[in-house]
Amino acid sequence: MGLTVHKYDAVVIGAGGAGMRCALQLARAGLRVAVLSKVFPTRSHTVAAQGGIGASLGNMDEDNWHYHFYDTVKGSDWLGDQDAIEYMCREAPKVVYELEHMGMPFDRNPDGTIYQRPFGGHSAKYGEKPVPRACAAADRTGHAMLHTLYQQNVKSKTTFFVEWMALDIIRDADGDAVGVTALEMETGDVAIFHAKCVLFATGGAGRIFAASTNAFINTGDGLGMAARAGIPLEDMEFWQFHPTGVYNAGVLLTEGCRGEGAILRNKDGERFMERYAPKLKDLAPRDFISRCMDQEIKEGRGCGPNGDYIALDLTHLGAETIMKRLPSVHEIGKNFANVDVIKESIPVVPTIHYQMGGIPTNIHGQVVVPKDGNPNSVVNGLYAIGECSCVSVHGANRLGTNSLLDLLVFGRAAGNHLVDTALASRAFKPLPANAGDYSLARIDKLDSSSGGEYPQDVANDLRKSMQLHAGVFRTQKTMDEGVVQVLAIAQRAENLSLKDKSKVFNTARIEALEVANLMESAKATMVSAAARHESRGAHSVDDYSDSAEFPLGRNDKQWMKHTLWYSEGNRLDYKPVNLKPLTVDSIPPVKRTF
Amino acid sequence: MNKRTFEIYRYDPDADAKPYMKTYEVELDGSERMLLDVLMKLKKQDDSISFRRSCREGVCGSDAMNINGKNGLACLTNMLTLPNKITLRPLPGLPVVRDLIVDMSQFFKQYHSIKPYIVNDTVPPEKERLQSQQDRDELNGLYECILCACCSTSCPSFWWNPDKFVGPAGLLAAYRFVADSRDHDTDQRLDNLEDPYRLFRCHTIMNCVDVCPKGLNPTRAIGKLKEMLVKRAA
Repeated sequence: MGLTVHKYDAVVIGAGGAGMRCALQLARAGLRVAVLSKVFPTRSHTVAAQGGIGASLGNMDEDNWHYHFYDTVKGSDWLGDQDAIEYMCREAPKVVYELEHMGMPFDRNPDGTIYQRPFGGHSAKYGEKPVPRACAAADRTGHAMLHTLYQQNVKSKTTFFVEWMALDIIRDADGDAVGVTALEMETGDVAIFHAKCVLFATGGAGRIFAASTNAFINTGDGLGMAARAGIPLEDMEFWQFHPTGVYNAGVLLTEGCRGEGAILRNKDGERFMERYAPKLKDLAPRDFISRCMDQEIKEGRGCGPNGDYIALDLTHLGAETIMKRLPSVHEIGKNFANVDVIKESIPVVPTIHYQMGGIPTNIHGQVVVPKDGNPNSVVNGLYAIGECSCVSVHGANRLGTNSLLDLLVFGRAAGNHLVDTALASRAFKPLPANAGDYSLARIDKLDSSSGGEYPQDVANDLRKSMQLHAGVFRTQKTMDEGVVQVLAIAQRAENLSLKDKSKVFNTARIEALEVANLMESAKATMVSAAARHESRGAHSVDDYSDSAEFPLGRNDKQWMKHTLWYSEGNRLDYKPVNLKPLTVDSIPPVKRTF
Repeated sequence: MNKRTFEIYRYDPDADAKPYMKTYEVELDGSERMLLDVLMKLKKQDDSISFRRSCREGVCGSDAMNINGKNGLACLTNMLTLPNKITLRPLPGLPVVRDLIVDMSQFFKQYHSIKPYIVNDTVPPEKERLQSQQDRDELNGLYECILCACCSTSCPSFWWNPDKFVGPAGLLAAYRFVADSRDHDTDQRLDNLEDPYRLFRCHTIMNCVDVCPKGLNPTRAIGKLKEMLVKRAA
């Protein structure tokens, strides 16, 4: 095959919070680990997280992991797996303390402990009142965390392959993962990374939507690779709309605004969340608040000349709190809305933010697929963590601050599992003879293309279609239409054409390769959504809402199950939700009110 | 009117014998707030224009470039602040990979050279290490750096001695760790900078302060480091 072969114990794809937390565990254990990233590590999208890391430290008010566990199960609308949720919430304080020991510049309380702020859906005493649980570094928590993790990896001498884009998983005849192919962006060369284990930490696919808080790099590369390699994608119908994206810009304003006391108001100046969520008010979970905002707009109480946004009011917080706790929000207001948030409210709309679904895994980060009657059979050598994975701690709706927590907990867990078991016992398996052929064929097709469509035109049509057919409120009709449209657009993506054929840092080629991954992510989303005939968490379908037939809002009898979508044959399968925690009692399903 | 003229530095080592400036005309429809929005539009006209970009909100540090002679981030440069004719070049002083993409190895090498991680060999407590609010405030204005390289590549001292002078970004990071009450490595950190070039090539020209898209002040941090070295010698 003639490709350069790099050989490492483990290859980690993606250098965001999850990938770097895992790599750190591997490098500290003295393993040979290669971390591949499309961008320099500190440019990964974790850097944009603002509000905090959820952990029941109880620094500012009584708290414990049982409350956090309850909130997360309820937040997930009972689609989260309770074993994974228990594991995450119990580990949370430990991983936050570790991060502090690594030098993370957390804000502090007068007694020197880590500062925590309230966040949506996080409560004390099982839903009674909001509790400060988000461990924060101003409103730059993701930036501070990502830089801290990079710094620790520098210290531990992790090997980074910067500006390398992974292309495809290499699986052998047994179905085991034995490596990946990857493209070095600067030279345009393709190489093989031969490894005992491959770990995906590639982030989400938020760029399948037109209006998204996500970075341009969030194109679902890990999802595309998994789908092409025959691995199903789990629960992809569940996409989080963040209530406070800047109107017309998409840029995120942290939920920490409301954690610090900001209020959502309609055109009458009314604090409308009091009507919908008497207890948690503006700090109800994101799916709930986004729907309430849309409801206000639909019923004619939106703000602005077109009545199409909601006002986020921080003015009562005062300049000092805003500049100390929310300095980036102040900056974003100025830069992206011409608004000084100290003096006036800022226009916001629910905006696509986070992918709850992903590559199915267990709590060690091992990828699991249905096989021989076992719904969770391990794929040897393959791991996935962070937003690209579905373990599933977020279920149908993620709570704010649980994403950074997810990265730390499962990055660490996967690292430990790799060190303790997988790498110790696993030898290098030989590469199949045709290991690089599939990827090279994909590249050759682009290089010899002519007369096809420009990749971004096809991608933009996809984004518009997803926005229209898989929005905050869905109907069966729009979803069915969406399936037809998205499958048609995916057909067009088979015939892309590049004008730029240069080998050197060809960003047009990178974008075309990303489009292939966007398509898999979008198909998975649309097809899974149209098939789920209920409302649950972020998947809200008018046809199945609030009727006598569905007293909980959901249809637990038929639909308390995880979706699995297979690219091959565009096929769906399902597997049960794990309602059994590791050590404590299960949280029985009830109707979600706040 | 809303037509703008762009002069963009173009160089593809695969195809071009030498770099050249190429002119583009672009019609704005009002939806493009920032320079990056317009660059994306230009890339639709000519898919070979190469630049880095990711978060589009000024926090990842990817899209630093030289805009009408001044370094900045395309995603934070409002079109209203730019004249009709806009000249875009790669960050000065670093080797060009292609078009607006520079090779940042030297910049990161200097960042790595200051040991950019906390050093504290005491056994960590079961919980967090305590830090007073006052001590934590010392880190403000230091930890927020996004490593975009706008500062170092606007610094004449860095242009002259990129291999010997740490540069403003690296020195800001060096002081970030010196200033951290949890770090125990101040002496070694100062030793590492006590050299005619690594720190003392800064002649307080302050281009770094002028261009920092995050409003940080590397010159002030450098001043603190120099002061500490002088005090230590006394």
